[in-house]
Amino acid sequence: MTFLRAIGLLLLLFATSGASAQSNETALRETIADLSSVKNFRETEEIVRSLGATGDPVVGRVLNALSDGNVSFRKSDNVVFIVSERAGRAKLFDPISGDEVGEATTTELTKVKVNNGLRRSIREVFATLTLGSPNPAVRQQAADTMFISPDPAAIEGLDAAIAKEDVASVKQRMVQARAAAVLASDLPEADKLAAIEVIGARGDRSALSLLVSYQGRSEGALREAAASAASGIESTIAVWNAAQNVWYGISLGSVLLLAAIGLAITFGVMGVINMAHGEMVMIGAYTTFVVQNIIRTSYPGLFDYSLAIALPLAFLVAGFVGLVMERGLIRFLYGRPLETLLATWGVSLVLQQLVRTMFGPTNREVGNPSWMSGSFQLGEMAITWNRLWIVVFSLAVFALLLYIFNRTAWGLQMRAVTANRRMAASMGIRTPWVDAFTFALGSGIAGIAGVALSQVDNVSPDLGQGYIIDSFMVVVFGGVGNLWGTLVGAMSLGILNKFLEPYAGAVLGKILVLVLIILFIQKRPRGLFALKGRAVEA
Amino acid sequence: MRGSFYGIKTMLAASVLATSMSFAVPSYAQEETIKVGILHSLSGTMAISETTLKDTMLFLIDEQNKKGGLLGKKLEAVVVDPASDWPLFAEKARELISVNKVSAVFGCWTSVSRKSVLPVFEELNNILFYPVQYEGEESQRNVFYTGAAPNQQAIPAVDYLMNDEGVERWVLAGTDYVYPQTTNKILQAYLESKGVAKEDIMVNYTPFGHSDWQTIVTDIKNFGSAGKKTAVVSTINGDANVPFYKELANQGIKAEDIPVVAFSVGEEELAGLDTAPLVGHLTAWNYFQSVDTPENADFIAKWKEYTKNPDRVTNDPMEAHVIGFNMWIKAVEKAGTTDTDAVIDSLIGVAVPNLTGGFSAMMPNHHITKPVLIGEIQADGQMETVWQTSGLVVGDEWSDYLPDSKDLIADWRAPMSCGNFNVATGKCGGKGTN
Repeated sequence: MTFLRAIGLLLLLFATSGASAQSNETALRETIADLSSVKNFRETEEIVRSLGATGDPVVGRVLNALSDGNVSFRKSDNVVFIVSERAGRAKLFDPISGDEVGEATTTELTKVKVNNGLRRSIREVFATLTLGSPNPAVRQQAADTMFISPDPAAIEGLDAAIAKEDVASVKQRMVQARAAAVLASDLPEADKLAAIEVIGARGDRSALSLLVSYQGRSEGALREAAASAASGIESTIAVWNAAQNVWYGISLGSVLLLAAIGLAITFGVMGVINMAHGEMVMIGAYTTFVVQNIIRTSYPGLFDYSLAIALPLAFLVAGFVGLVMERGLIRFLYGRPLETLLATWGVSLVLQQLVRTMFGPTNREVGNPSWMSGSFQLGEMAITWNRLWIVVFSLAVFALLLYIFNRTAWGLQMRAVTANRRMAASMGIRTPWVDAFTFALGSGIAGIAGVALSQVDNVSPDLGQGYIIDSFMVVVFGGVGNLWGTLVGAMSLGILNKFLEPYAGAVLGKILVLVLIILFIQKRPRGLFALKGRAVEA
Repeated sequence: MRGSFYGIKTMLAASVLATSMSFAVPSYAQEETIKVGILHSLSGTMAISETTLKDTMLFLIDEQNKKGGLLGKKLEAVVVDPASDWPLFAEKARELISVNKVSAVFGCWTSVSRKSVLPVFEELNNILFYPVQYEGEESQRNVFYTGAAPNQQAIPAVDYLMNDEGVERWVLAGTDYVYPQTTNKILQAYLESKGVAKEDIMVNYTPFGHSDWQTIVTDIKNFGSAGKKTAVVSTINGDANVPFYKELANQGIKAEDIPVVAFSVGEEELAGLDTAPLVGHLTAWNYFQSVDTPENADFIAKWKEYTKNPDRVTNDPMEAHVIGFNMWIKAVEKAGTTDTDAVIDSLIGVAVPNLTGGFSAMMPNHHITKPVLIGEIQADGQMETVWQTSGLVVGDEWSDYLPDSKDLIADWRAPMSCGNFNVATGKCGGKGTN
């Protein structure tokens, strides 16, 4: 994203100071026109290199478009354009000025193909062009690119840029990029030793990568220096990896918590073995899909708010389905767990097939709003925004439920009915009403879990099936009928899983967790936090 | 709640009960027809991939009937739903052959479903066309493999990465079942034969439907920071791909730095994804919807018209069914009968046009010739071919890179008529799955 933004800024700047580019514009046009006659990627790359060699920032536009696959030429006269396509029609833009010059159908155009290697070259060429950009973020991006793909020829340009640079952090990146280039050059040993130190101090994965590969092709003192710098970085990364595992565990735990917390109400509090719980999650996810679909076609500007709009709707839709299920089916089966299990399992199959018929068997695309895309770096940890928000969201839902349970009249009634149904009824509580709405609440919470899970998982009719076993596991492990148990259960299962995974692998890790749970349940049949009192005997 | 574990046990029983309740509706035609069985899951986890193939078959049969049918008779489709339940595949296959008396069956997706129906086809002597890329190591008299064998997909893809992208370090990531495991075994042997060191290969398996990819993507990042160009070869199957690619995109792994080449991700699978952050990741197939040939354009247009959906995509297994179906038609016409033995014999050597502008032929090992295409994922969810083999590649059923199978060949022509002939010992019946 920052890359694109940076390009935009850059282009804006050069659009205003275009006069200097006038003289060699004809030469540039000729080079660009060659794009219509390339036979393979190597020829395209030569053109990219020669465009870059002009050092003229105006080529940034066409290079950027080429990298995005937006450069085509017209079949009839081989004129090269930057295009923007929409539904079979393409707008044509001049590759140098960027002015709109006409329209064409996509069949009249041939795209100039790009591949990864080419995109890499473009990125490198682009970096050398943008090292002098007025925007520090762009300069930093350029320096980072040059660090990853060092080129001894760039040392001079970097020296000049370092001398001019006044932002300390960007300057540091440039010094590091220069050090990387020095390692790749044939400068004397002393320079390279200094360079190794600079790179070692950077201490991230790309520095490690550079040092390890340098270690492989050097000798003597240099090799030793590279090796010790690399092992220094490795040990820091190992510490970060442990922290990363804890984070991943919390993140997996939050997903489990979200999936299980609705079940903690329907199964945990009410004692209904609800096999259709996963389908409530799925319904929530499909609600998100429908909301996003409407937003995409009618109000594209609202896309970033789509999840906020989907949340209450998913709660209502899933809650309503839950209410209908309770009133129409489950209330006739209270106290008969086996029949409840079979009936709800049947409902789950019906709901799945219903969704399959309505939306088709294939996955549906639910997009991430921009604030849930990408990641940020915390030291050597990459924390993705969508996971971070899901952790926050799951804790918020947990807190809300805790509040409803412990601080509202409804919560009190729910607890009363759970503890002693007949006593509660004789106190004037309408137990059927409480049952129905408790079930609807559990289903609705599953629905909003679906909104969150649509951000990390598939939205398909089978979405719920993947979570049902895990949800039961969390609730049973945490202790039936206890919300805190669900929280602790989900988090400890998540973290345990993530700590086993790097050593045992994902498959064996999962099996080990199951075995541990079975052993644990043997020891403590009521889970981590057992409810005490008469309720459990019922 | 004592009932909970008791409950889960009964749940399994209930699932078996529920899945076996699916049934086929036999249709009674007035005139005599030639029946074609379609054995694809329409419910359960594989419905996502297999439903399209059922539609493809109905479309092809419809088209053929418009052309006047076969041997003067109309074709009639018999659709059954094995519900992604592997033992049920065998039961449904038996039903198709003995109750519905079909002349040939087009079906199966996963290798385990194919393995489960093999004995049925052998026993009742019928024909199965299997349209999906698979791990090889098999050649059966009654089965015709129209999907890719590993040498028609995996090995050319690895060659491309090695030669064109300069990859030296490999992550082989797959779902934990027979196709990825065998493919990865072949690839590992192949890479080692090309001089790749053991420590430069990382193999990783995940369960079906794995959705939490954070650790594995980080592992890939760590593995990739060893100073050598790294690539991921993914045999991850089905639904697990979407969260995998989402995690790759979110953790900022770019195709320019660590490309991922996938063997099970097609246009269908990408339909559930925003592909903009995935541009440049690779797939290897024998067909892409974006292939620019008149045959393909014609097929796509008719397909969209048939499904009445202008957004319907086409994919590689669909093309395999197109090829298989046309081959069967041609072989039946050549034999003048739908009799199984006659058709099996006349199928070998049949060549029909594929959708990528060439002709695919049925070889004596019951595999077909195909071009291999490497494509890069585009922002619109389509693939763009960046490399392709200069000619057609013959499917190699017994891999040359595995010690157990390198001496084996299959040739179903008389007099050899053997699916696992050992050239070292000169006897039929070498090691293998048959």
